[in-house]
Amino acid sequence: MIKWLEENTPKLVLAPSFIAVLIFVYGFIAWTAWVSLTRSRLLPKYEIEGFIQYERLFASPRWETAFGNLFVFGTLFIVIAMVLGLALAILLDQNIRTEGAIRTIYLYPMALSMIVTGTAWKWILNPGLGLEAMVRGWGFENFTFDWLVDPDKAIFTIVLAAIWQSSGFVMALFLAGLRSVDGEIIKAAQVDGIPTWRVYTAIIIPAMAPIFLSAFIVLSHLAVKSFDLVIALTGGGPGYATDLPATYMYAMAFSRGDIGQAASSAMIMMLVVFSIVVPYLYSELRSKDG
Amino acid sequence: MNTYVTGAVSALSMIVATSALAEPTAEVLHYWTSGGEAKSVAVLQKEFADKGGSWTDMPVAGGGGDAAMTALRARVLSGNAPTAVQLKGPAIQEWYEEGVLADISSVAEANDWETVLPASIAGHMKCEGTWCAAPVNVHRVDWIWANAEVLNANGIEMPTTWDEFNAAADKLQEAGIIPLAHGGQAWQDATIFEAVALGILGPDGYHKAFVELDNETLTSDAMIAVFDQMRTLRGYVDSNFSGRDWNLATSMVMNGEAAFQIMGDWAKGEFMAAGKVPGEDFLCASAPGEGFLYNVDSFAMFDVDGDDKKAGQELLAELVVGQNFQKVFNLNKGSIPARTDVALDEFDDCARLSADDMQASSDSDALLPSYAHGMALRGAQAGAITDVVTAHFNSDMSSADAVQMLADGIANSM
Repeated sequence: MIKWLEENTPKLVLAPSFIAVLIFVYGFIAWTAWVSLTRSRLLPKYEIEGFIQYERLFASPRWETAFGNLFVFGTLFIVIAMVLGLALAILLDQNIRTEGAIRTIYLYPMALSMIVTGTAWKWILNPGLGLEAMVRGWGFENFTFDWLVDPDKAIFTIVLAAIWQSSGFVMALFLAGLRSVDGEIIKAAQVDGIPTWRVYTAIIIPAMAPIFLSAFIVLSHLAVKSFDLVIALTGGGPGYATDLPATYMYAMAFSRGDIGQAASSAMIMMLVVFSIVVPYLYSELRSKDG
Repeated sequence: MNTYVTGAVSALSMIVATSALAEPTAEVLHYWTSGGEAKSVAVLQKEFADKGGSWTDMPVAGGGGDAAMTALRARVLSGNAPTAVQLKGPAIQEWYEEGVLADISSVAEANDWETVLPASIAGHMKCEGTWCAAPVNVHRVDWIWANAEVLNANGIEMPTTWDEFNAAADKLQEAGIIPLAHGGQAWQDATIFEAVALGILGPDGYHKAFVELDNETLTSDAMIAVFDQMRTLRGYVDSNFSGRDWNLATSMVMNGEAAFQIMGDWAKGEFMAAGKVPGEDFLCASAPGEGFLYNVDSFAMFDVDGDDKKAGQELLAELVVGQNFQKVFNLNKGSIPARTDVALDEFDDCARLSADDMQASSDSDALLPSYAHGMALRGAQAGAITDVVTAHFNSDMSSADAVQMLADGIANSM
């Protein structure tokens, strides 16, 4: 009996959370997939009707905007946040004074919620209230910065706010990576008279490949789930120019009583996340086996 | 022996009496949580308690009611629906189709709702012929509000056609005043759109387009003219309108920064709260054109078990449509009573104008449900129209493209 307990205690302790994950994550994914194949409106229904909701989804101009925005926003956000984060990290890595203080200043936006970030940037970018009004007040009457109210450019204000929020965090990740590169190699390179920028491009950055991958995964899932930032900054507007799949899904499920449509958009969002995460998991697991 | 029998009989009769007069209880789910609204609900609670009922309040914050509907969905799915829920328009019928609404025809017939309510509003309260909901108020949606001083200073009368409106707006723009205060949120774009549509399409055309979803009307030249007028109106809005709340737009009219606002009569509440007097400080007029667009709040009655709950439901329905509640509630809320036989002495001029117009429109079949506020269409269809309206208003899309998108969007939402 005691021997049996000794062997099985870990399994017994893990079982409840394992079951909870199984039901509340994978069970509900399966449930959403089911609902996405039905004509559910106000309440879920369970008669399968085929891919009607997906057809409706891809015929909807609003979904087209939302899905397109995800790629514009995702690409710009991930690339710029990584480049900026890396640049900040390299500059901080030069053993400058007051590094601690500067690091805190850049990292701090991460401590704010997206709602606060969105609301603050909404005021800063509002043409009648923020930056534009201020510069005009200084006497530059022709200064214009009205991206927030321009349907073609509003999505870039979301990119701007998201980068402001996250690049400090990326910097911290990269700084840790830079510090973990073997100092002996760098010293050897310096003895050989290799310039600093070559040391970075040829030795340090390639050695940080796993950190890049982690940063990419974290940023891309932030991009796919972005919801609060859009709600606080633009409310999806002007029109629906800054809708993202997450805000589209919310509108369908909670404002319009169109649960089937919401479920199908949720499934597409999940496929996007899978297409990023599955290759990552695959490479991780394979490298451990080998 | 004798006393024993009498005692038993009287004890028995007491039991019978209490079960027949089970204390009415009601659990009421609503989203009236702002100051004036909460005060209005308290009126109903007090009346309910005075009649011996016990009220369980279930307020869910969030003006649009999205959060309340989510709470309702959870309650219904768990088989424990509230007694009465603040619902409106076709959402009542949608819930009825889920098989969860109760029949309160006995109360409606006893209190003669059929004659005291305008026919088209009564229609919303019925589910396949039986009464299933009780109306609380009528908000008129197609109002134009104006700053009296600004109009006077520029020699402008309240416009009665959209051409007059455009001429007045051009004049104001030259004088350096923002002609139209507007908030760029999708529902506000939709509110203006339906007022314009009613004016240009007329009551029949509006009914065909936004109640029957008649494809011919939706793609007609008149509909193109509606979008053209929307494009014109876009030119009268300041460049900073995007995402602005409606009450901020109202205060622009109040302080003379802008001349007009097209918004439902809840805007009146803002003027009144700021101590402005209708007719002197601000003017109200129905938007150009014939007809009356209404947004009616109501309580739908859900199927509940137990005599006490059923008694509570009936008492609630009776009180909601009762003279006293209709008067006090609507004085607080800024809307007008749904029943047409309430004395309006204590109401302001705009409310009286609204009540007169409602009666006249009801007689001429021009009393129409507001699509933008969820009275005319189900969520998916109304949402599809709003998507097109707001996309058109916030871009340089042509009216012809917008009309095509409108037809496609509605077909896709079915």
